[in-house]
Amino acid sequence: MKPDIVIHDPTDSVGVAVVEGIEAGQELAVWIMDTNENTSIVSKDPIPLGHKIAMVDLAEGDALIKYGHDIGKVVEAIPTGHHVHVHNVKTKKW
Amino acid sequence: MTRTIKAYRRENGRIGIRNHVIILPVDDISNACAEKVANNICGTLALPHAYGRLQFGADLELTMNTLIGTGANPNVAAVVVIGIEPKWTKWVVDGIAETGKPVAGFSIEEHGDLRIAEVAGRKAQEYVQWATELQREEVPLSELWIATKCGESDTTSGLASNPTVGNMFDKLDKEGHYLCFGETSELTGAEMVCADRAATPEVRQKFLDTWNRYNDMVNRHKTSDLSESQPTAGNIAGGLTTIEEKAFGNFQKIGKEVRYIDVLEPAQPPTKGPGLYFMDTSSAAAECNTLQAAAGFALHIFTTGQGNIIGHPIMPVIKVTANPKTARLMADHVDLDVSGLLSGEMVLDEAGDALIDMVVRTANGRNTAAETLGHREFIITKLYQSA
Repeated sequence: MKPDIVIHDPTDSVGVAVVEGIEAGQELAVWIMDTNENTSIVSKDPIPLGHKIAMVDLAEGDALIKYGHDIGKVVEAIPTGHHVHVHNVKTKKW
Repeated sequence: MTRTIKAYRRENGRIGIRNHVIILPVDDISNACAEKVANNICGTLALPHAYGRLQFGADLELTMNTLIGTGANPNVAAVVVIGIEPKWTKWVVDGIAETGKPVAGFSIEEHGDLRIAEVAGRKAQEYVQWATELQREEVPLSELWIATKCGESDTTSGLASNPTVGNMFDKLDKEGHYLCFGETSELTGAEMVCADRAATPEVRQKFLDTWNRYNDMVNRHKTSDLSESQPTAGNIAGGLTTIEEKAFGNFQKIGKEVRYIDVLEPAQPPTKGPGLYFMDTSSAAAECNTLQAAAGFALHIFTTGQGNIIGHPIMPVIKVTANPKTARLMADHVDLDVSGLLSGEMVLDEAGDALIDMVVRTANGRNTAAETLGHREFIITKLYQSA
């Protein structure tokens, strides 16, 4: 099945939108690349192509996990299904 | 089965996939004369640039090594060097002459642009008529030196286009290619994982020393967390949020198995035999590509998400994207569309093989999108102010 969201690693807390035009309230097909598993999630925000969606509830101060690695800190709570980007995640470097 | 390509065998044994006669200025004020020659003699290409005056120390060495390395690159058949003063002109000529290829130098002082454009033009004409009779011969694909970089990346780069390059690198490394990746700053966040891909503890330490030196430089000069520089505004528009996320995506270009066997200084040719090399470079596309070409890499694989349009004067740059929107809106810049990886229409092994096929076609003479569009970005890395 053609995925709407792709996840690199099963431990990742975010997935990436690989189709254009995702709106809030859509049931989305999710593909986990590393394990070749399929799941689903409901979007709570519009998610532009290439942008991330929270696969789990994230609290302020949590590490954001992608590629199975820490890619930054959550600076504002992000419930499952919401848009994850520069407004709620910051670098731990520089 | 050994894959073969048709390429030009140069005097020093290296193989080139293009046959340029270049007019190489030593310094900024010789650009105009170099361009006069290139305008007069069809089949030549001038490589104007911004530097070459009053530089000193490591910065001067890097500029000279970049000019010499570019002239020495096997995609170049012959070189006319034009500088303002005889001494530094001779420095560049002598460096290129070590390859055994035809090279001649001219200095403008005491003569002026017009006289030099005439004598240099006569030499350039002789070189073009000689070079155009050279024939391609069949050689193993494994003799082709290939570099990579990504630019205007987005999340599709880390998901698909960079893993495509990684898949190809894993395959080609086994066949004895010289391969190169760089972008020191853009491994920030993934530096420990990248360090672990070194072939030996010594190379690992050399990588970490190089990364630390670059990171110290960023910390010394930064005025913010580098938002909109790293990642760029384009990266952010494409969904990349932090430098760490960009770094893990970038890192996918070196595949899953291959280990790098040495860390190169900017523009330094590899000396440890076939294998993957890490080069200390900026992550700015034209700077990185120019350094990789100056080290002798003859073909470049450039992945993009949002649509970086970079080329190089003498090193063909194959553009790969997995972003379906970029593939559609900027098709004139894209050589290979692997967006099928994200729609489940293609698996990674197929994408890697499709890239190898594009490498072979480009090596055999197919012009890249960047070549047809005249993208000839040639940017010297400046280490500090001139004296």
